[in-house]
Amino acid sequence: MMNFSRLVSTVPLIRTIRPASWMFQSRNMSSAVINQSLYNLTEEEQMLKETVARYGKEHVEPFLREMEEKEQFKPEIIKAAFDQGWLGIEIPTEYGGSGFDLFSCILAIEEASKIDSAFGGLIDIQNTVVNPFFIQLANDAQKEYYLPKLAKDMIGSFCLTEPTSGSDAFALKTTAKKQGDYYVLNGTKMWISNAGISGVYLVMANLNPENKYRGITTFIVDAGTEGLRIGKAEKKLGLKASSTCQVHFDDCKIPAKNLLGKEGQGYKYAITMLNEGRIGIAAQMVGVCQGAFNKTIPYTKERKQFGQRIFDFQGMQHQIASLATEIEAARLLTYNAARLRDAKLPFVKQAAMAKLYASELAGRVTSKCIDFMGGVGFSCDYPQEKFFRDCKVGTIYEGTSNIQLNTIAKFIDNEY
Amino acid sequence: MAIRILVGVKRAIDYAVKVQVKTDKSGVVTEGVKHSMNPFDEIAVEEAIRLKEKKVAQEVIALSCGPAQCQETLRTALALGADRAIHVEVTGKDYEMLQPLAISKLIAAVAKKENVDLVLLGKLAIDDDSNQTGQMVAGLLSWPQAVFASKVDIKDKTAEVMREIDGGSETLRVKLPAVITSDLRLNQPRFANLPSIQKAKKKPMAKMSPKDLGVDIKPHQEYLSYEEPPKRQGGGRVASVDELISKLKEKGLI
Repeated sequence: MMNFSRLVSTVPLIRTIRPASWMFQSRNMSSAVINQSLYNLTEEEQMLKETVARYGKEHVEPFLREMEEKEQFKPEIIKAAFDQGWLGIEIPTEYGGSGFDLFSCILAIEEASKIDSAFGGLIDIQNTVVNPFFIQLANDAQKEYYLPKLAKDMIGSFCLTEPTSGSDAFALKTTAKKQGDYYVLNGTKMWISNAGISGVYLVMANLNPENKYRGITTFIVDAGTEGLRIGKAEKKLGLKASSTCQVHFDDCKIPAKNLLGKEGQGYKYAITMLNEGRIGIAAQMVGVCQGAFNKTIPYTKERKQFGQRIFDFQGMQHQIASLATEIEAARLLTYNAARLRDAKLPFVKQAAMAKLYASELAGRVTSKCIDFMGGVGFSCDYPQEKFFRDCKVGTIYEGTSNIQLNTIAKFIDNEY
Repeated sequence: MAIRILVGVKRAIDYAVKVQVKTDKSGVVTEGVKHSMNPFDEIAVEEAIRLKEKKVAQEVIALSCGPAQCQETLRTALALGADRAIHVEVTGKDYEMLQPLAISKLIAAVAKKENVDLVLLGKLAIDDDSNQTGQMVAGLLSWPQAVFASKVDIKDKTAEVMREIDGGSETLRVKLPAVITSDLRLNQPRFANLPSIQKAKKKPMAKMSPKDLGVDIKPHQEYLSYEEPPKRQGGGRVASVDELISKLKEKGLI
């Protein structure tokens, strides 16, 4: 069973085979070698990658500290992300989206995160958590209303976690009561990203607490609904530009048509979407690793101690080579999970592995990068300390490392 | 009547790359090195697209001369908004020896064939810094030229172009058809957005050879050697103006 799916996954199923981006130059097109490496990007994917990288370098990088201090994104950056189509990558074109796949989202998230983890997170949450709910579960009326807005200018938030339920997500206490043509929501959500700037909130609440998790249902709550109150923003160690708040529901009345999918199926939906979101986080962490590396290695080639560049010390070379190897591995895990998901093949185990590995790695890479920089690594005048702080949440959100390990072990259990 | 524009785009080594001279001094290292559209050509493409958005132009054709990889550069032009692309294929040794005069002949031939009203080019390419192609295209076609443009206004088959010159700027009025080359301050190029990147896939790209255009691209100059600029020497400090003058005299500078 496993061998079959591995064989199938190495055959490009729905892709155009393109011999080479600049990384693999083939001189003679007529004797094109088929490039099955995970780095085989279409021209469009390559263009997307380069555009995000360039935009990040020219329009985001100069403002990183400012956005950290103000604890918010520059509005121009959010607008540009919408105008460039980066916040509706998978939304079908008939709704104003770009009609690409998850792998393209991954590329955009990775490039953005090389510059700023929060910028990457903005692209990640919208594309790999919020949009999939609407694309996969919404009815026609909801799709027609929300998808064009999500592609054009509306940010979304996903509300699952609560003060008393994190990993134990389905022990959530927010309730929903059906009252005629309305549902009434009561409860508090915590650690909700984008809460301060969102136009729509996807809320997991329990319609039938006696049925435990089988009562959990997904609701669409528009910003400004009476009874919806955004708490003050959390002060965090990193990802400061991203707004993270508590969200309170006090007899929040929403129309019955705002039910997303079927009653009592919320827990299934959450698991499915989070499996995909996991790949996005992996891409964000890979971006952080690479971004920190990109800022650090050139320094090691300039800085001299004891009469030679610190890069020339064998001890340094071994550490650098070892980390570079792991970053490559993390990237390939991530790319492969994305390709599997786009090919509609089983991908959950690989997604968990990618997120686990990349987020744990990011902590080590960013810490070592500070070491490689020496004293200036500790200074806020250099970017390494920001990468170090920003990636810490990677091992925690969208499923802690321990939860990922549980998931992977379950799959292994079923394989033998 | 809305005009038709031909924009030339060159695939050059990316501006951020640290260029290295080959050990045999025959050229610079290009294998495996990042290439992208010449930045001045990006400005030219942007100007052409803006003219189309203002409905002054009805069609923008992107043109590039070189090997297969030029098609990537042309796709970028299409993703930015050009309507169709023409790839004049020149490969191998022919490409290595391809010089501005040959390129000018190719561009002139395409401009005539496509019957365009305006040829927009970057003022120079950042790899060879020649700053010749635009001027020579105009000469070959006997068209007026306005180079180093920092502002372009087109109305009724006439272009009013503000040019950057040594003394400041001057404004020229040229009758179309004409050649205009872009300078840095002409505009701020856009980023290709994702829907446009998607649309670019379907836009037509024609391929032709110099022979198809009846152009002889044989080189007229031979490159003897490439060298890095001399390494920067450290300066020195002097204690007085007199010492400065005597040091300058010593070095034969005054």
